[in-house]
Amino acid sequence: MGSFLQSIIGGANQGLLWALLALGVFITFRILDFADLTAEGSFALGGCMTVSLISSGIEPVISTFLAFLAGMVAGLTTGVLTTKLKIAPILAGILTMIALYSINIRIMGGASNIGLVRTNTIITYFENFFHISRMRATTMLSVLIVGIIIALMYWFFGTEKGSAIRATGNNEKMCRALGINTDNTKILALMISNGLIALSGAMIAQQQSFGDVGMGTGAIVIGLASVIIGETFMSQKFPFWLKLSFIALGSVIYRVLIIIVITTDILSADDMKLLTAVLIIIALALPKIKTAFIGNNSKKRNQQQKALLSADGENGNAED
Amino acid sequence: MLRIENISKIFNIGTINQKQALDGVNLYINEGDFVTVIGGNGAGKSTLLNVISGVHMVDQGELILDEINLTKLPEHIRAKYFGRVFQDPLMGTASSMEIQENLALAYRRGKFRGLNWAITHSEKRFYQEQLKRLDLGLEDRMTTKVGLLSGGQRQALALLMATLVKPRMLLLDEHTAALDPKTAKKVQDLTLELTQETNITTLMITHNMKDAIKFGNRLIMMHEGRVIYEVEGEEKKSLKVEDLLKKFEQNAGSEAITDRMLLA
Repeated sequence: MGSFLQSIIGGANQGLLWALLALGVFITFRILDFADLTAEGSFALGGCMTVSLISSGIEPVISTFLAFLAGMVAGLTTGVLTTKLKIAPILAGILTMIALYSINIRIMGGASNIGLVRTNTIITYFENFFHISRMRATTMLSVLIVGIIIALMYWFFGTEKGSAIRATGNNEKMCRALGINTDNTKILALMISNGLIALSGAMIAQQQSFGDVGMGTGAIVIGLASVIIGETFMSQKFPFWLKLSFIALGSVIYRVLIIIVITTDILSADDMKLLTAVLIIIALALPKIKTAFIGNNSKKRNQQQKALLSADGENGNAED
Repeated sequence: MLRIENISKIFNIGTINQKQALDGVNLYINEGDFVTVIGGNGAGKSTLLNVISGVHMVDQGELILDEINLTKLPEHIRAKYFGRVFQDPLMGTASSMEIQENLALAYRRGKFRGLNWAITHSEKRFYQEQLKRLDLGLEDRMTTKVGLLSGGQRQALALLMATLVKPRMLLLDEHTAALDPKTAKKVQDLTLELTQETNITTLMITHNMKDAIKFGNRLIMMHEGRVIYEVEGEEKKSLKVEDLLKKFEQNAGSEAITDRMLLA
């Protein structure tokens, strides 16, 4: 039982690093209303870039930062493809993702994975500095990073620029009428999102001392699942920073769920992707299912609308 | 002020759906004009507005506003000069943002958006005063999400947003057509109040002939992408719906008169 608890704590720990991915997906999926599949590629990009740089002797902090920047470039690519070249958002994301697969292998010098053996990472810095266990160092570091990112996001989306991005996800036509360059706001949001996703990949790779070209597979779905789990526990009245914290919490819960499912032998680890997909389908279909059952509400509204229109016509007629 | 010179717009060129939406339109709008635009479905009214605001680029012709050539400027740059309200009340506001956030977005129309706070304390007081003018009680609900408001409330808010920073010109695209008669009247009155107060030059599309006669100092009638009739001043004031219908029949043929125009 002790080891079970241990693995749960380990999962929660990892969940906090995955929370950066969830926050990145939240920006595109919820704020910008853009299903961005670049995530799969940029997560692996972050991981591959970091391990490649660290193993060639670059400082871990700098490597991680460069991975973040590389993620932003990936977001920029998808953004340009969809805004300037008018490629459909989903396809633009897929194209960047596929291109990144080859790029990631190039980055790792032709290898499909690199292990970090006895090299320093951001996590070992923390271990050595505070003289604490690896687990504890990971927790401290991830709480710190996620905290900083949430604070930065809270600030940024409260500024004029951030507000313009939120408005773009809400009503593009209005935005352009109010002088917002929606191409730019979309590109910027995609850059921030993919930067965070790459940062998540960079942290995960350092935590597991391993970077792999396939590590981003399913990233978008994992991110979505975390967002959706977080949202089921939050109230719409929450201030923005608390919502973001709950997204991070969603990511932790998701990791813990995985650990429980795997360690209790209900399902194998291979079934997790199926389970996640089903979870997301249910969550996304919920509004539709609700109206199917309660249904009459929207029908009633339609009828009212029709009545309103006819009243308009009749009224006008009588006046004339 | 705004010079529209021989503009044409063809949609879906070379396909079976090819449509000449505007066919050599010439129009000069003077400072302080309130122009109403009427015409049947597909007459080119909305296209005219969309071409002015930059939603669509013209295929031919020029648009000059105060010596500034707008013809090739993108929509978000032209937004500096134009306040716009759309037919669909959902289109003019951002539903998941607060009333005050929407106003703050409108307050920065045509300005650079940087990393300052999206909304400041002094602004909030200004918005509160402005909202009072709508007489809808919205000044006490500044943090309410716009999505919770009724269509009429949203349209009134959209109108306020379009005029919050005085535009060179206000473009109204059948902005009361989707509202019930009572609300439509209220929004129409509000339009008059907001435009007259600071004398905003306005171009208003309507399918309601009575409104077209009642409002403004000029009226233009469009058909098949052309301006077929123009009237202004005293002559416009004495105009009646029957006169308009007669003009329409003369210029466009009786089959062009739609039920919607007659019933509205």
